[in-house]
This record gives sequence, C-alpha cells and structure tokens, in this order.
Amino acid sequence: MAERVAETSADAERPRPLPDPDTAREWLRAMLLIRRFEERAGELYAKALVGGFLHLAIGEEAAIVGAVRALRERDYLISTYRSHGHALARGTEPERVMAELMGREGGVCRGRGGSMHIFDGERRFLGGYGIVGGNLPLGAGVALASDYLERDEATLCVFGDGASNQGTFGETMNLAALWRLPIVFMVTNNQFGMGTALARHSAVTDLMRKGEGFGVPGMRCDGMDVVDTHAVVTEALRIAREQREPMLIEAVTYRFRGHSMADPEEYRTREQVAEWRKRDPIDRYADRLESEGVLEPGAREALDIAVTAEIERAVEFAEASPFPAPETLYDNVYVLGDQVRGWYSVDARAGEVHRGEDERALAERERAVPDSSDGDVEEEKNDPEGARRWP
Amino acid sequence: MAVMRYREALNEALREELARDETVMLMGEDIGIFQGAFKVTAGLLEEFGERRVRDTPISENTIVGMGVGAAMTGLRPVVELMTINFSLLALDQIINSAAHIPYMFGGQARVPLVIRMPQGAGHQLGPTHSHCLEAMYLQVPGLLVATPATAADAKGLLKAAIRDDNPVIFIEHESLYGQRGEVPDGPDHLVPFGSAAIRRPGDDVTIVGISRMAMTAQRAAEALASEHGIEAEVIDPRTLRPLDLDTICASVRRTNHCVIVEEGWPHGGVGANLSALITEQAFDFLDAPIARVTGADVPMPYSKPLEQIAFPHEAQVVTAALSTFRDV
Repeated sequence: MAERVAETSADAERPRPLPDPDTAREWLRAMLLIRRFEERAGELYAKALVGGFLHLAIGEEAAIVGAVRALRERDYLISTYRSHGHALARGTEPERVMAELMGREGGVCRGRGGSMHIFDGERRFLGGYGIVGGNLPLGAGVALASDYLERDEATLCVFGDGASNQGTFGETMNLAALWRLPIVFMVTNNQFGMGTALARHSAVTDLMRKGEGFGVPGMRCDGMDVVDTHAVVTEALRIAREQREPMLIEAVTYRFRGHSMADPEEYRTREQVAEWRKRDPIDRYADRLESEGVLEPGAREALDIAVTAEIERAVEFAEASPFPAPETLYDNVYVLGDQVRGWYSVDARAGEVHRGEDERALAERERAVPDSSDGDVEEEKNDPEGARRWP
Repeated sequence: MAVMRYREALNEALREELARDETVMLMGEDIGIFQGAFKVTAGLLEEFGERRVRDTPISENTIVGMGVGAAMTGLRPVVELMTINFSLLALDQIINSAAHIPYMFGGQARVPLVIRMPQGAGHQLGPTHSHCLEAMYLQVPGLLVATPATAADAKGLLKAAIRDDNPVIFIEHESLYGQRGEVPDGPDHLVPFGSAAIRRPGDDVTIVGISRMAMTAQRAAEALASEHGIEAEVIDPRTLRPLDLDTICASVRRTNHCVIVEEGWPHGGVGANLSALITEQAFDFLDAPIARVTGADVPMPYSKPLEQIAFPHEAQVVTAALSTFRDV
C-alpha cells in the first residue's frame, strides 16, 4: 500500500504537465463557472431568494473539476450536500441547478430537493445527500450493481473530512474492499467538519491512511491543483476498474467561505483564510496557463465575462420558472403501478382523506404509456449509447 | 394447494424470484453458509451461488444503503436484517435514503428494494430482539409495509414486494416461521398490496389483527362464537401501506363494533392510527368506542411470565370485544 502511495502521488513530478490546450482551457472555464455560480447563489441567499441551508464550494473548485473530468460519461458520481459544483462539472445546466436552489418547478429535482439534494440521473450524477456519510453505502451499492451486471463503469464517491468519522465510512470501506467493487472514495479534506478543525475531530489526520485498516489503500492529491487532482483520480479509477481495488483519495483543499451561509466563522482566523486564498485554485491555474502560453493575455477576462453572463441567464431562467403547483405535492411519493394503486393519507390540505382511487386513475394513465426505461441488461453491456441511458 | 411452513413459503418465493429475474439478488448477515438465522434462505446459496446470495458483514446501515444504491442502478436487492430491532441501525438509510430518494430527486430515481426482517416476542429474547415496530415504519411516506401472517401471504406478498418498484419493509414474525398453511401452487401466486383478507366472516364485531395478531384474533373469534354467541369478522390488512381501509370500513359499517389487535406498543401504534381513520370515515356507524388490544407499554422483559403478559393473547381480545357490547 505504501508503495502505491509513493509511486502515484508523492514522487510524481510537480507541477504535473498540463493536458492539451483545449482541455486545459475547458478546465479553467469549468472552475470559473462553479465560482461565479456559487458567488451568485450566495447573493440570492442573502436576498432570501434561496432558502434553507446553502453550502458553497468556493475554494474547492479544483478538487471538483479535477475529479469529475477523470470520469468517463458512463461512470457514476455521488456526492454530498455541497454539490452544486459536482452537478455543474458533470454538465447539468446552471439554469436547472439555480432553479432547484430557488425551489422552482424548472429545478433539476423540480424543487423537491433544494441545494442539498441536487441529482441528474441522465448525467449519472446520483446526488446530493444531506446526511454526512450517508452517500458512502449508496455509492458502494451503485458500484455493486455495475459489478453484478458486468457493466464497464466505476463510481466516484465524494465526501468531506467530517464524514470520515461516521460508522458508514469504515463499514463501506470494508465491504467495498471485501467485494472488490469498482469504486473510488474521495475525501475532500477542507480542514473542517463544519466548524470543528480536522485535528479536533479526527485522531488520524493523515486521512488518506484512514481506509488502510479496512483494506482500502490511500492516495493524496493537491486539491488546490486541478491537474494534480485529475491525475490522481484518473489513476485511482483505473486501479478500481481494472484491478478491482477500491481506493481512498484525500484531496487537500480549503473552503474560502463558511460551512454554510449561516456560519459566523468564529473557529478560524482571517489570517488563515487569507493564507489559503493565496493558493486560490483558479487564479494559480490561470496564471500557469498564461505563463505556459495556453491562455492569451485578456482571454481570462473574456472567459470570466462569458461565464458570468451564463450565470445571469441561469438566474433569469430560475426566476421565471414557476413554483411547483400545490396539486403536485404528492408526485413521486410512490411509483404507482400494479401493486401500489394508491394509499391513504389524512390530509388537511385536501380537506379530505387523500384516497387511493385518485392514484389508481393516475396509475392507469401512466401504464398506458409504454415504459422505455426497462433497458435489457445484455443489450446495455454492448451498447455504446448505453452510457447515457438511465438508470 | 401445498401445505408448507411460513419459512418454507418465504424460501420458495425467494427461489422463484431469483430464478425468474436475473437482477434479483439477496444480501444479509448469515444468509448464505449459515442459511439464515431462521433458515429462510436455506439452500439458496448452493443453488444460485455467491454472486446472487451474499453473506455480509454485520453492518446494517451500510447493507441497506448498498441495497438502495444498487436498486437505483438496475438491481432488485432483497436485504435480510436479522431482527426488526437491528433495523434501527439502518434507519438512516431506510428513511433518509430509500423512502425519500424517489421524492426528493423529483422522480428521477426508483428504489425497488425489499428489506426483510422478523419481529415479535415469545422466545425470551428480551428488550433488544423482540419488539414489534411496524407502527414506526408505517409512519414513513415512501415506504410500503407488509406484515404477512400466513404461509400463503408470506409467499404471495414477498413475490409482489420483489416485483414492486418501491422500497418495501417486509415484516415477518418469529413465532410464525414454523406455522404450516396451505399455499396456492405455481410461481404466479401473488398477493397484491393494499388488499385485506377477511379471515373469518361475521356480523357482530370487526376484529382487525396485525401480523401474528391476525392469528390470535381468529382464535379469539372462535371463542367468542362458542362461548358468547358473538360472530366476529376477522380482518387481516396484510399490508399497512398501502392500507385497504375500504374493506375495514365496510365491515365496521355492518358490524358497528371494532377491535384492533396488535403486538406493538399502544402510543402512536397501528391501532391508534387505524382507530383515527375509522373514526373519521365511519363514526356514525359505531355503537361503541373502538377497542384496542396492544402490547404492554414497556421494553420487552426477558422472564417468561412477564414476557407472556406483555403481548396480547386470545383472552384479552375476547374481553375487548365483549367490552364493545357493554352498554348495548
């Protein structure tokens, strides 16, 4: 295990070489899109246009984009309540993420999930979970299905340093290693579990080693460097896929803003934040692209203007999207079909008992439409188009 | 019709569904080599192999969570938990994930998952292995809850649960595993959810029995008939979500008397809920308050005499039924 850590991470040449110029510029754009999205979301939250909790990933853009760009289209990604960036990096339209934050019908989850529960099945981004550590077993289950159905897929399961203290961390590491599942765990070490510093919440602060006792070797990447993150995650995914050895990656990063918007940040000093901000993943990367001649002078500003305009369009879309209609309150509580024709719920909102008959009629209408989601397993295995099929 | 034990009926349901559908797979503690703590999965590892019948470590929350993840992406897992008390370790994944995912992601994902678990007292297993917690799961929108009381229902409901696209809490009863009953032949025996069974027809009082208490209610009904000349109609809802309230209310409108029997705790119980629903829908037809017979409001004690008085028996059901006639 130690050898693997040494050969793939610590001894690597730094800085790692850039990818081809188009790819290099696209990564910058993706990070910038997340930054401007998060900033705008924060403004809307301050104006009470976004409700609930809002967890921003400002400062963590390299850890997000580097990891997501290491995935193939057919691979799965599963994340936490700090997941706008993961959805955006995966290709979900900023419009639909912003509309979700604002609780609109046009949101990616039709306003049912909100900021903490973003999900885009078509792009194989499987959420968006509000319980710390809750997504680890789910990710392992997704990898189990890939393995069981012999589909050429891997799962990247992202969580924070705080989640490494949950029971699900050890339980899932053990099972993933025991069953040799094609999964990579990535702990985004942003130095704090909410307001509790790493050294105050974890006896082992070398987080990449925290899976070793469960049979999951570790790797570390510089989560402030998109190129390093991409290289390490790519390698871990290859090992998970080809050797069926789950890996745990520690991405060392820092969130520049509070845990959520409701965070007075009394647990850290302004000096510490300022020190980390000097390592801003976007500024440093853009500087490097300029110095290596990949980015023309002025291109950075032009990119920023384009991205900012895209976010403005997203806000306009979200504001124009209607709130969900009251009569849709019960949508998708159950999948209605032959077995579940309806149920009873005492509902003051409806003024009467919400009766099964209503659902029965709906189910019959639904059944009249042929269901195209039943993908044949054999067919999917050999079908390149299957990469985008869902589930 | 073949006569078989409740556990054999469950075993047959699993075997048939494993054979029918390649995406059905089993996960659980000691379900393979050990063949299940209650031998429900006997022979299945041998027949279907390690890929489809998987022994797991003792990690309830993670086993259920993996079932959810796998269900979202193409499998139909059946997870066995050794008792319903152990399912409390998995409540996060059962409620926050399995039940909520279809709704909170706007209908983008389905969770065709069955979580099997036995409940119930009578074996002196004390306060951490004996409870009846169906009322807790009944509360959660997004879950289906089945409580089979006969071998035929055990098989038919389990097969229906596996084929359903919703997460199902499938609650078996430890004291029923050895009970024999007639089971319709053939692999197409399905019992639809939301369809109550009238175990015994009668016109004088409606007795609703949950899980094993459907059997207790039936014995009490025979005593009521032979000793008191009262003909009780015994209804087993079979599934609590969805609930066949129509059948129950139709019976109450005819008998004008109602008793609800459950093994779980009284506060916030199945009977408390059902009593409210019946009162809302059939109040004008009731000649007496609805009577409830429940487990005692205590953690299940170990000592045999105490355990025996902590859950309902026929005599209490008879007394409760008679009490609804007191002022007539």
